[in-house]
Formats: sequence, structure tokens, C-alpha cells
Amino acid sequence: MTENHHHQIKQSSSTKRIAVKVDDLTVAYNYKPVLWDIDLEIPEGVLMAIVGPNGAGKSTLIKSILGILKPLAGSIRIYNKPYSKQRALVAYVPQKGSVDWDFPTTALDVVTMGTYGSLGWIKRPRQRHKKAALEALEKVGMLPFKNRQISQLSGGQQQRIFLARALVQNASIYFMDEPFQGVDATTEIAIINILKELRKANKTVIVVHHDLQTVPEYFDWVTFLNVKKIATGPVKDIFNDDNLTKTYGINYKVSVQE
Amino acid sequence: MNLQDYFSLVFSDYTLRNITLGTAILGAVCGMLGSFAVLRKQSLLGDAISHAALPGIAVAFLVTGAKDSNILLLGALVSGLIGAFWIRAIVTKTHLKSDTALGLILSLFFGFGMLLLTFIQKQPNANQAGLDKYLFGQAATLIEADVWLMVIVATACLSILLIFWKEFKLLLFDVNYAKTLGFNTKFIDSLMTSFIVVAIVIGLQTVGVVLMSAMLLAPAAAARQWTNSLAKMVCLAAVFGAFSGVLGTAVSASQNNLSTGPVIVIIAGVFVLFSFIFSPKRGLLFKRLRFIKNRRDLELHKTLAFMHGIAETHSNTSHPHTVKILNNFQGYTKKTLKKLADKDYVSLQGNMWSLTDKGFEAASNLYNQLTKSNNE
Repeated sequence: MTENHHHQIKQSSSTKRIAVKVDDLTVAYNYKPVLWDIDLEIPEGVLMAIVGPNGAGKSTLIKSILGILKPLAGSIRIYNKPYSKQRALVAYVPQKGSVDWDFPTTALDVVTMGTYGSLGWIKRPRQRHKKAALEALEKVGMLPFKNRQISQLSGGQQQRIFLARALVQNASIYFMDEPFQGVDATTEIAIINILKELRKANKTVIVVHHDLQTVPEYFDWVTFLNVKKIATGPVKDIFNDDNLTKTYGINYKVSVQE
Repeated sequence: MNLQDYFSLVFSDYTLRNITLGTAILGAVCGMLGSFAVLRKQSLLGDAISHAALPGIAVAFLVTGAKDSNILLLGALVSGLIGAFWIRAIVTKTHLKSDTALGLILSLFFGFGMLLLTFIQKQPNANQAGLDKYLFGQAATLIEADVWLMVIVATACLSILLIFWKEFKLLLFDVNYAKTLGFNTKFIDSLMTSFIVVAIVIGLQTVGVVLMSAMLLAPAAAARQWTNSLAKMVCLAAVFGAFSGVLGTAVSASQNNLSTGPVIVIIAGVFVLFSFIFSPKRGLLFKRLRFIKNRRDLELHKTLAFMHGIAETHSNTSHPHTVKILNNFQGYTKKTLKKLADKDYVSLQGNMWSLTDKGFEAASNLYNQLTKSNNE
């Protein structure tokens, strides 16, 4: 690679491509809107936290982008094309509590589900899909547990299984719904290492996050959400008392942690 | 007829063969599909659908005036499907919980069905007698054509299961994730529900509206106890279902023609009871035994640790101490002391005890072992 080439890459990273673009997104379960008129541009290659109080619509935002929920209005574009055409670029880590962990299956089997999307209808996973699943298990440090029944895993291990399942999809954009919720230190470190690796590979990661203290440490991009979008941008520019107060409605002092 | 006669007649006697084959196939199909209903936490779905099928039977009779079982079952199929999809619509469109929707559809359709049945009975049509067999089922009326119908349904069901195995599993475990992967979850869901309805409808003649859901749930609930693999669970449920069918028929035929449907259901229930108690991993018995054993081990270890604490205070660790001192320790019993002596951890001399070298070493390793096993 020439010096010149290097320079070009550096330059292009300052005018990053937009990975996810949300326009006028409005979602309502009943009469009251859960999300109101959200416009959002997420540049490629950022680790973005979505923060906001309970009921702010953080999970709803992710689910609407992924087509799990049907919005009242709005459009979603992934790399400038409709989401339905770009599914292969997107991976999802749902909240751990959203499934029944007593389901009769093994850790390896759950992770293999990450290959089902590329397999399409009817075709069965083959040896190379199993291999990809094993590699993903290795990455999250769960290889020794591959044949464990999933109910026999701890909460943190279950979370890592979900993470591995998304890694198998080998996507460009990862959506994670509270991956840090209720996990032990081992798992938290494992997740952070994965996040860093994904960033190194120029993947975009969007995480619903609850722990405000760790936002500056783990993420470089942040979106404040409370039904409406309060602010979005680089953590170093916008993660401040002003935005926190606007989002949480109380006088929040982020400077406590310094 | 006794059981022996039954087994010698089952291959030669036309009626007996039909009933046995029919109930076996029905049991297998219901076991397979019931596994899905159980894992979706929709155990009551089968109950609702089978009750919802009743008005279909009555309407089919009123319209055609004939008692052709195929036409009646077609009516059952239609109203069963309407009931099933109504339940789904109620759950997705309103904020009612699924048990409310199930209960509502079940009683509404069943009530309407009973109303039509009583109306039919008051009609001067000589044909009307015997419609009530669909309430509790009458296996004795199975003919060869019915068995063939069951074979066709079973084959279709098995093929769909094998073709869409991956999709079914994904939907059962994580429907939202399935959506993000681009699968049409509505289609998979409809396919699964439709097959459950079909299985129920073909069972109505044999087991009847009221007991049908047990055919669906019992084999699956029993199978879940024995395995942690979905494939094995489905196979095992099919085997349990088939055996319930055969054994139920055998018992009913050999015991003065007891009503077959209820006997099958009771035998399936015995499978469930047996599995709940005796399955090695999830069964109550072994769980309890493991619990007791763990407790005993813990008691033993705690006593040993306590003795270790006392022995440590002395420069000679096998210096004898009085047994009385152990009364200060709450978990102490004479039994544990004797067990420790049996293990050669402790030597007893009259009212005195002392730790052996082996016992002292075991006690010092206790804590390390505990932390190690926790990390595994």
C-alpha cells in the first residue's frame, strides 16, 4: 500500500459513509406515540450507545429499524437502500429475557441459527456453517460449553451465546439490545473486546445502553432518546450535563465520574 | 377378551386392526405437533381448536343432511381453522392475553356447537343420532378409509416437519430474530397452526372434542422430561403418543370395551406421571435424591471443617478431643461422626475423637475444592 493510498483512506474516514439513516420515524403501540418523528444518521464504523430513561423507546427504535415492529410512519435506509434489500448486512442481539432459555437445544445450535439467514429457506446448515458457529463460540470464550443445554448456562454465558449468534452473521451493522444488562465482569470484558474488534473491522455497532458512567469509556458515538431524539453525535462533543438533563429530566451531573 | 387375545387378534381382526392402527398413527401425529404447541406455551391452543371444531360438524350436518364422516370432518376443519386464526387475531390486535383469547374462543364455539347439536336432535331426521360421538369420540367406528386418511395426514405432517425443520425451530425459539433474518414468520406460524388443527380434526372421531387436547399435550410433556434436544423430544413424543394409542386400544378392547378415547388419554397421562417422577435429569425423584445427597455431603464437610478448626489449635493435629465439644456445632449429629469415622477421616476412642492425617488433609482441601467446583 502506497503512502498516497494511506492518505486517501484517512481522508475518506473523515467524510464517513452513512450506515443507517432513519427519517421521520414514528411508532405507537396504542394512542400515545413511543417514538416521535425520529431523524437519525449513523455513520459507518462508530460504536454508538442509545441512552434514555425507561420507556424512552430505545428498544422500540432498534426493533423498528429491524422491521420487527411496524412503524406508523417513516423510512429506514441501510447504506442508502431500503432495509428489506440489505438484511444480510445487519445482525441483531435481542434482549436476553426475550426468549425461553429452557428451550430444548444446545449452545452450538443457537449460535448456528446465525447462519440461517444466509442459508435461506429449507436448506440445512452444513459443515462449514457449523465451523463458523464454533469459531464464533471461540471468540466469546464459550467453546467449552458448546454442547451445554442452554438452560444450564449462567446469564452472562447466555448473553455471550446471543453475541456469538450475531457474529456468525458476519454483518456490517450490529444492533444490540442491552447486552450488558445483568452480566458478570467476565462477560462484560468479553463483550467489550468484541465491540473493539468490530470497530477495528470498521463495523457499525448500535447498543441500547443503561449505564451512563461507562458511555465515554466504551463508545465513541451516542444518541440521546426520550420519545423524541434529543441529540446525536460524537461522545466527546455531546455527552454532557446539558443533554443528560434534557433527556432524563433531572439535573444530571455526568462530571461526578471524573 | 383378555390382553393376550387382543395381541393375537390385532393382526387378523379387521376392526381391531383399524382401531389400533388409527389410534397409533393419531397418537404419533399428535405427539409430534403437540411438542410445538407445548414449546410455544400454547398448550391450551389444542383445547380451544378442538372445541371450536364442534359447530363445524353440526353445520356440515345441517347443510348436507348426511352423516358422511369426511364431510363432517371438513366442517370441523373449517371451523377449527376459523377458531385458531381468530385467537391469533385477538392476541395480536387487542391487548388481551393469549389465555383469555383461548378461553373465550373455546367456550364461545363450544357453546354454539352444543346449541346446534341440541337443535339437530330435535329434528325429525332419523340420521341425526350419533353426532354426539364427536364429543367423546368412538374409536370403534373407525373404518379402513379413516385409517388411510390418517396415514395421508401423518405423511404430510412428517414431510412438512422435515422440510421446514430449521424454520420451525427458529420460530419456536426466537420469533423476532427469525424476522430479522428475513423469514416470513407469519407463513411459518400459519403452517404450524394449520397442521395442529388438521391433527386435532382427524382425532375428533376417535378421542372427541373434549379430550383431544390431552392427546396433543401429554406425549409432548412426557417427552420433554427425557431429553434436551428438540429432535429427540419430537420423536419421543411421537413414540409416547403411538404407544398410548396402542395400549389404550388394547386395554379398552380387553376390558369389556371401555370407551377407547378416555383410556388412551389416561395411558398418556400415566406416561406423563412416570416421566415427571422418574426421568433422570428433570424428574422429581432423582432431583430429590440429588438434593438429599448434596445436603448430606455438605453436612459432612461442614462437620469436618469444624473439627479441622479445633484440631488446628493444637500443635499435634491428631490430638484427641472430647465429643462433647462438637455439640457447639449446630449441624452435628452422631451419624455424621460415624460416617466420618467410616471414611477414615476421624478415629474414635470412647468419648474422644481425633482427626487422622487423611482427615486433616481432606479438611484443608475442602475450601479449595469448593472454589474450584464453582468455577467449573
